[in-house]
Amino acid sequence: MTHWIIAPVVLPALLAPFIVLAARYHIGIQRVFSVAGVLSLIAIAAGLAWQASDGTIILYQLSDWAAPFGIVLVGDRLSTLMILLTAVLALFVILYAIGSGWDKRGWHFHALFQFQLMGIMGAFLTGDVFNLFVFFEVLLIASYGLMIHGGGNLRLRAGVQYVLFNLLGSTLFLFALGAIYAETGTLNMADLAQRVALVDPAESVGIRIASVMLLLVFAIKAAVVPLHFWLPSSYAEAPAPVAALFAIMTKVGAYAIIRVYTMVFAPDLDVTAGLHGLWLLPAALVSLALGMIGVLAARKLDRLVAFAVIGSMGMVMISISLFSQAGIAAALYYIVHSTLAAAALFLICDLVRAGRAHLNLTAAPPVSGAALTAALFFVAAIAMTGLPPLSGFVGKLMILDAAFDTPLAVWTWAIILSASLISVVGFARAGSVLFWKASAETLPEHEGQLPSPRPSVLSYAAVGGLLSLLILHTVFAGPAYRYADATAKQLFDPAPYISKVLGTPGKLSTPKEGH
Amino acid sequence: MELLVASAIGILTAAGIYLVLRLRSFPVIIGMSLLTYAVNVFLFASGRLTVGAPPILGDAASYTDPLPQALVLTAIVISFGMTAVVVMIALGAYLGADDDHVDDQAPPEADLKAEDAT
Repeated sequence: MTHWIIAPVVLPALLAPFIVLAARYHIGIQRVFSVAGVLSLIAIAAGLAWQASDGTIILYQLSDWAAPFGIVLVGDRLSTLMILLTAVLALFVILYAIGSGWDKRGWHFHALFQFQLMGIMGAFLTGDVFNLFVFFEVLLIASYGLMIHGGGNLRLRAGVQYVLFNLLGSTLFLFALGAIYAETGTLNMADLAQRVALVDPAESVGIRIASVMLLLVFAIKAAVVPLHFWLPSSYAEAPAPVAALFAIMTKVGAYAIIRVYTMVFAPDLDVTAGLHGLWLLPAALVSLALGMIGVLAARKLDRLVAFAVIGSMGMVMISISLFSQAGIAAALYYIVHSTLAAAALFLICDLVRAGRAHLNLTAAPPVSGAALTAALFFVAAIAMTGLPPLSGFVGKLMILDAAFDTPLAVWTWAIILSASLISVVGFARAGSVLFWKASAETLPEHEGQLPSPRPSVLSYAAVGGLLSLLILHTVFAGPAYRYADATAKQLFDPAPYISKVLGTPGKLSTPKEGH
Repeated sequence: MELLVASAIGILTAAGIYLVLRLRSFPVIIGMSLLTYAVNVFLFASGRLTVGAPPILGDAASYTDPLPQALVLTAIVISFGMTAVVVMIALGAYLGADDDHVDDQAPPEADLKAEDAT
């Protein structure tokens, strides 16, 4: 048993206190350690992803306790793909934070950033539902700090809403876990998968309620309508690099739904039949429509991007709620795309703000350096709205194809296609007002503050890096889709996962069969 | 026993939800605390209610499930920390804006027009 798989959790967990305790007053040292930490996370995540890419399931038993009694970390294709995505995203976000000086506008940015990474990595790797709750809390408490980084009244108010909404979500999570434990007597995912299958359908009330409550919790994280209210103001008010990192947080919810609702509450399970299959797809369709209408209605660029995130999560959830191999594979391809595109757009918002001092979608005097920002916005908007030739288009085709012969195909196709049109209009309007329709008025009266320094080269490089990853994701769409398909196949055949987790001996393992 | 615990959870949850819906910082935070108490008791009950039995396998004829107790401890620590965080952020928001509404208030008409003009 190698210890590499716990490194993505332990490394940031050690780095963060080190940054707080030893490098508190030295922003340079903080930056070096933070970037070095993220770079080594990428290396470790890439190594794990390579190890898992042939279908191996990597198991780590903490303190060598055997599975249902101890806590396990499990790395399969899905987990390692997600941690690699997180690490790569984190690199560009931290580079942007350094380049734009956001990390100097308050205390402890780098430490909180590392704690946030620890929580996200742990949530992706854990094989235990209660542990998932704990890692959710770790990533949330770090995100509370990051969210109000830099201060300001609007940001604090949005922070209160964000924290309270998530606290309610956490309470619901605990209720769901208590109900699951009361019904099955275990919280290990692999063990749950076996025991839930044994529940008598005649006495399934408890487990059905637990299943729906758990799905509600994950839907809050994934911002599925009508549980999306926390997202627009908190993402819009958060500092730009933080909002870009938050692009992965909605995906944690999507990941949890994929993991739990393919393995524990599998789609063909009698006990929970007709529960989430019934309303998840309509809710996802409404999310997509509402998000894209929000794009059209937004009066500020950051709100526009936040609603685009809701819309793209709607796309992901449409694809997931098909609960078929093709659907999950398309969802995974689209998750990678939408994380990178949303992060790039949030960073571009900050570039725009640096030139104009506000993000209102109104004509303003032209600013120098707007051409490069406009070009970056153009590419990112093409990706986000799903126009050819970028990966959003490829991903949308995959989702349309996966939904082709399902009962709600007509609705799905109609809503996806019309929502795309609306979002194209919304983004085109925003881009032309921001970059094209420069008003001839002179600068407003507070001239002293306005011509702010141009964003640094590093900021542009970080955004450019994210966009070039999107282009790579398009060019290598074939291999990426094959990998996503292999991942989905592994998810729909959970037997190797379960036998690996429960069959590996450790302390306290009494090889008893069929209790 | 079951009736007492179940109704305690129910009353705590109902009161918590009512207070959260008041949408002012102080009642909302008190409501959140009540909800976390409710969930803590609920977690206890999820290991079945046993009176006067040790939470460990031993000579005693019966024992109570030790796992929910560990879960409750974790939940208490987390909710305590979270409450402290939300109190601090809410205090900052209140002192900054001189307004303790949790929801967004509709901006006055004059502000909207000023925003359009800029």
